[in-house]
Amino acid sequence: MRLSPAASQRAAVAVMWTMTAATIGVLAFVILYVLARGLPHVTWEFLSRAPESMGRRGGIFPMIVGTLAVSGMGVLISAPIGVATAIYLTEYTRKGMLTTIIRFGADCLAGIPSIIFGLFGFVFFAVGLGMGLSILSGGLTLALMVLPTIIRTSEEAIRAVPQSFREVSFGLGCTRWQTVLFVVLRSALPGIGTGIVLSLGRSISETAAVMLTAGSAMGLPQSLFDSSRTLALHFYILAREGLPMSKAYATAAVLIVAMLGLNLLAYGLMKRFHAKAR
Amino acid sequence: MRQDRIIRFILMLVAFSAIAGLALIAFFIFKEGVPLIFQVGWRDFFLSSEWHPSEGLFGVFAMIMGTLMVTAGAMLIGGVFGLSLAIVMTQFSGPRLAGALKPVIELLAGIPSVVYGFIGVKTIVPLIRDHLGGPGLSVLACSIVLGVMVLPTVASISIDAFRAVPRSFWEGSLALGATRWQTTCMVMLKAARSGLVAAVILGMGRAVGETMAVIMVAGNSLAIPDSILAPVRTLTSNIALEMGYASGLHRKALFAAGVTLFVIIMILNTAAITLSSNRARAKGGAK
Amino acid sequence: MTEQPAKPMMETRGLTVRFGNAVALKNISLEVRRNERLAIIGPARSGKTTFLRCLNRLNDFDHDYSRSGDILLDGTDIHGPEMDVVALRRRIGMVYAVPVPLPWSIRENITYAMRMAGIRNRRVHAEKVESSLKLAGLWDEVKDRLDSHAQDLSGGQQQRLCLARVLALEPEVLILDEPCSGLDPISTARIEDVLEELKARQSIVLVTNNTMQASRASDRTAFFLMGELVEVGETKQLFTAPREERTNDYLTGRFG
Repeated sequence: MRLSPAASQRAAVAVMWTMTAATIGVLAFVILYVLARGLPHVTWEFLSRAPESMGRRGGIFPMIVGTLAVSGMGVLISAPIGVATAIYLTEYTRKGMLTTIIRFGADCLAGIPSIIFGLFGFVFFAVGLGMGLSILSGGLTLALMVLPTIIRTSEEAIRAVPQSFREVSFGLGCTRWQTVLFVVLRSALPGIGTGIVLSLGRSISETAAVMLTAGSAMGLPQSLFDSSRTLALHFYILAREGLPMSKAYATAAVLIVAMLGLNLLAYGLMKRFHAKAR
Repeated sequence: MRQDRIIRFILMLVAFSAIAGLALIAFFIFKEGVPLIFQVGWRDFFLSSEWHPSEGLFGVFAMIMGTLMVTAGAMLIGGVFGLSLAIVMTQFSGPRLAGALKPVIELLAGIPSVVYGFIGVKTIVPLIRDHLGGPGLSVLACSIVLGVMVLPTVASISIDAFRAVPRSFWEGSLALGATRWQTTCMVMLKAARSGLVAAVILGMGRAVGETMAVIMVAGNSLAIPDSILAPVRTLTSNIALEMGYASGLHRKALFAAGVTLFVIIMILNTAAITLSSNRARAKGGAK
Repeated sequence: MTEQPAKPMMETRGLTVRFGNAVALKNISLEVRRNERLAIIGPARSGKTTFLRCLNRLNDFDHDYSRSGDILLDGTDIHGPEMDVVALRRRIGMVYAVPVPLPWSIRENITYAMRMAGIRNRRVHAEKVESSLKLAGLWDEVKDRLDSHAQDLSGGQQQRLCLARVLALEPEVLILDEPCSGLDPISTARIEDVLEELKARQSIVLVTNNTMQASRASDRTAFFLMGELVEVGETKQLFTAPREERTNDYLTGRFG
């Protein structure tokens, strides 16, 4: 039996919509599952106190600090490098051998698994350069890891700035650098910000790479040379050790809320970007 | 313009940091890992399943097989669902609906892998154990969790590939009286082919490289799994599990596993990049 | 003494321009006199815009661009070693076909070039904003909302803002590339009035597709065709008694 074109379209669309609905269902399930089990245990004490007896009791304050330190450092190092790379690729050079090599490097870097970044960060930063398992090692490793994302999003944002803006600026007797700094970057800033926020989200979620570079010390870090356990790693350890599930769920809920918040922020920035570039 | 040249030069140096980073990573992973492969002998490293670090046996064959199996499973699930999502978003929904579906992809990509792994342990693993048998921690559980994790990668790159197809192709087909579904199958899938293949390849890269979620749901036993319900250990999870206490030759062997992983990933990456740049060139040439 | 012909404000000598292998301008020798309004007319793709962009070296950014022949500003070669291209662009103000206000406030649009030139004095800024907006005939319409977004202005207002932005630099030459092509007749008339007044202060080169505009708003007119300068003369003479057949054909609408 052959289905008529219209009938086969109906069938195909039904199947694909079902799969799409299932995907949305999975997302909703994951988020609600974690929030429902975790949020009730997220109290002020939990957020503001140090863990006791390996995380069975107490809170996650040192891990919050550690996560912010490691991720923040990664993004702070990566953002200027990534934006400068994007400026070079878009404003200071033409398509050619050089840009092909740079893009290939960035694209490949984007595909390298986090465990490889972890191995590298361990031998290079922690052992080779003597930084030890520390916020510094972790931050530098993450910086390398999120660099391709920042390059790509910045490049897109910069390319979206109308060419005519540059012409006007040149026509008014401004140098290329002034034009880049005061016209192009100013217009591209929300778009670049979106990339940076998303990179921050990725660094916060990262586990394998920070495990091998920032270590898992539970104390409140005193300097960049201290080891510090991040939230994601803390959650992994709690979940694996089967320590009280309430603490694990609460930690996961904090992670999910942070992820949702950062995505919302990125969305807001993107909207502003499009409004500006109308 | 002297100032202009100086700035250009500085920016160029900075722009090389991505490729320099890649080169550094390759150099250090290879430097740590490759000597061991020669020391053990490449046959005993790649083609043996005997991984007993205390006895100096470092065979990763079972882990390579394990990685391939969970990757295949993940691509089956993530590929089909991701492609469906991309088709629904680009072919069968208006801009508003497509705009509403986009955050779904972004949020799926944003959830930490440890959370995926944990939910897999709490929901999928017991389901498999109770209804299908086996320990639950298995190739199947791992494939499902990884499938969800690679879905956003496959979907977002497929969407880009579909969007890159000239609108005239689509309109031309519809104008000839084809239904949207026929147009999708006969015109769009064909025109976006290389981009879709790149999407699947990059998804594979994600699956091969994923670590933490895999550790949690795979069971991590060292044998080659004999069914999809058997536990499995992948290259990545092996590194993450043992790196904490490994030293000496054992640590070097983990780096050698990293070398294996790195090579697989670079092959996949290069294939995907070549495919998408071919597409860009074809588009430029057709102009 | 009064009949002594002054040195031209700007002058091209045998200017030939190529983009890759395509010749865009062929051996153009044309002068822009002091305090005159020179109109350049001709059909699309005849090289008018390319010519303008040579005058402030905006073509330098095009990688296919190559040039032979000289361009002099007040007797100095603009490609000479002592010429600072950034300073050159401040001396030659350009207005584009489509008004491109930068996505900032009206005030910022005008002060931008001054700030980039190192003028930071706020009082100077305020004075310049007022004087240049007055020159461009926009002051009365926007004086109460200088900090509102420039893109909220109408098309005609935006174009006058772009003119004011250029005038704030007190350029010696004003070059305009079809500045009224997207505007309604009333906005066009306002800009033509402004040009009439500005003539006393600077030389003006006006590229236009609209021959009527050239006849209304210029002292001399040059006719370009396929990269060649066919004829240049007093506007009245060129429109009533062109010397060249091709000019006559164009003006009577046989092509273009």
